[in-house]
Amino acid sequence: MKLTTKLLAATAIVTAGAAHAVELEVTHWWTSGGEAAAVGKLAEAFNASGDTWVDGAIAGGGDTARPIMVSRILGGDPMGAFQFNHGRQAEELIAAGLLQDLTEVAEANNWAEIIRPSSLLDACTLDGRIYCAPVNIHSWQWLWLSNQAFADAGVPVPTNWDEFVAAAPALEAAGKIPLAMGQQSWQTSGAFGVMSVAIAGVDAWLAVNRDKSVEAAEGPEFKAVWEAFAAARSLSAGSTVQDWNQATNLVITGAAGGQIMGDWAQGEFAVAGQTAGVDYTCLPGLGVNEIISTGGDAFYFPVNSDPEVTAAQFRLAALLVEPETQVAFNLAKGSLPIRGDVDLAAANDCMKKGLEILASGNILPDGTMLLSPDTGNQLNDLMVEFWNSPSITAEEGQARFAAIIATAD
Amino acid sequence: MTVVEDTGARSSVTSGRRPSRLFRNPMSKIASIPLIITSVGIFVGCTVWTIVYSFTNSRLLPRLEFVGLAQYERLWSDNRWLTSISNLGKFGVFSMVFTLVIGFFLATLLDRKIRGEDIFRTIILYPFALSFIVTGLVWQWILNPQFGIQHVVRSMGWESFTFDPLNNPQIVLYGLLIAGLWQGTGLIMCIMLAGLRGIDEDIWKAAKVDGIGTVKTYIQIIIPMMRPVFITSLVLIAAGIIKVYDLVVAQTSGGPGLSSQMPAMYVYSYMFGGQNLGQGFAASTMMLLSVAIVLIPWAYLEFGGKKRG
Repeated sequence: MKLTTKLLAATAIVTAGAAHAVELEVTHWWTSGGEAAAVGKLAEAFNASGDTWVDGAIAGGGDTARPIMVSRILGGDPMGAFQFNHGRQAEELIAAGLLQDLTEVAEANNWAEIIRPSSLLDACTLDGRIYCAPVNIHSWQWLWLSNQAFADAGVPVPTNWDEFVAAAPALEAAGKIPLAMGQQSWQTSGAFGVMSVAIAGVDAWLAVNRDKSVEAAEGPEFKAVWEAFAAARSLSAGSTVQDWNQATNLVITGAAGGQIMGDWAQGEFAVAGQTAGVDYTCLPGLGVNEIISTGGDAFYFPVNSDPEVTAAQFRLAALLVEPETQVAFNLAKGSLPIRGDVDLAAANDCMKKGLEILASGNILPDGTMLLSPDTGNQLNDLMVEFWNSPSITAEEGQARFAAIIATAD
Repeated sequence: MTVVEDTGARSSVTSGRRPSRLFRNPMSKIASIPLIITSVGIFVGCTVWTIVYSFTNSRLLPRLEFVGLAQYERLWSDNRWLTSISNLGKFGVFSMVFTLVIGFFLATLLDRKIRGEDIFRTIILYPFALSFIVTGLVWQWILNPQFGIQHVVRSMGWESFTFDPLNNPQIVLYGLLIAGLWQGTGLIMCIMLAGLRGIDEDIWKAAKVDGIGTVKTYIQIIIPMMRPVFITSLVLIAAGIIKVYDLVVAQTSGGPGLSSQMPAMYVYSYMFGGQNLGQGFAASTMMLLSVAIVLIPWAYLEFGGKKRG
């Protein structure tokens, strides 16, 4: 009886508190240590502004989370805001009129001038209207190396991909996995993307991903990519983990030599208390071709009937792009800010490398901005099958790759 | 109850002709109208809708732009789909055979009136109380080479012992099978045991008088008599096989690579992950077709034959 009274009282207090501020449920798939720390910064900033951030994290990565979010929106039970990789993933939701038009917020806050590179805002734009608030720039093109693993193997830390491959036998002799790789398909697919930018070069990559050129997919540049990819496959034979952060953990503990993973891996190194350049080394563009793609995360806001919620959605959208939020969030996440006018003095070596490349303009659009999710899914299937079946040769893989590009849209 | 029957009887007498079968017992028919509407609307309606849209190029949202058989052509040239089908086939055959054999064998052992039958029955049936997700996770840990069986055996001194079905594409299906059997045989055993208990004691006595051995009695007399029990088990197991999804998701999520993919995972992945409804619908239509191919001849034999004979 006493407990019931207490619970009732607690409920009353909670409801009373909620009446003043709007509760906005925000769904995202940031659940690893570094990511959770970063999303906490956003929640802090939003709560400080008087509203309430209701965290709706979905574990299991984007491939698990996206379908759940989409079905909630289609099913008429929209959340307040959700995170997607900006690009073509939300194209149809926008076309169906299910997402909030943020153009007013963007104009009031001058997004067109402060967001850099401009391709980020382009990815949020459809028919001249803006539908998402970009929060960070993520690039896939990084090779993370464990300095300790190379010290144990008695070889110097490599400075590019070729040296890494050459050092692999020494790592194996020391009982280490040369290349850590999680088993989820987006990871193998992403690694392929990184290797194709580094090895085939930007022109060939754009010809395949942007222009959907079958000749380029069958060409000699991509033949080299497939051979390197097949070689990389044999380097990761002992890596049986599932999630990307488990694979990163192999690098952090020195059980694996390196991992090809986007710059979000940096958040994990930070949580583990490691220092760039001392405990780990990062090679943008695999040390071969220093160029980064400018994919990233953005928040979208589903249309809803409550004007108060809509106002809170606009407040959150504006807040996400504010300089203070940008600095706090990106330092925790290990990603780059979407505006050039913020001070990232606290950035570590790797982030500084990224900022330099960004400033010099060696940038690419991200694969998710160019390929439809359907094509992406097909490529994921091919890559993960190839990676796990040593019986598929590089030629066979390339032929099937070209067949997917031929039907891509 | 009696009142309703009385009025029914009286009215049939007064009207002088037999009432139409459609209007007999009208209250129960009215009561079941919602259920009829739900089942026709949901099952039949949605099935037809899915089949129609599988001929379109719907992406994230359904739209009626017909593309003929293009989705099916793509489906049947997709390596992942073909792998899923062959996986389901292998998993289905093994799972069907082993569940029936082990279930029947355990049931006969318990049927021999052993001591502590209740305890054994409870233990064997217990895994059935767990969901496939929990089963999958439990076996994922047991079969994990770093923590599970392999680790235990190695730490007992057999250094070269290797047992890592979930990380080996060649044998990953057996890893799934072990978990599936562990979960499912208990129920089949109970059904079989109930069937065995339904056999008249006199049959056993007659067989004994004729000098027929125990094993021979089971195989040649008891099993044919248990045909309905076997059919029930068969349908239960088959339904479980077709819908196998959560077990695989929990245990391997389709890996390593594509080696433990199942058709249901393909449907889910293309409908939602790939935002290609048309492709997902085509795949689910093929799943429906495969169930229909198995079920229709069976239903015809089981129910259609009796009416005519």
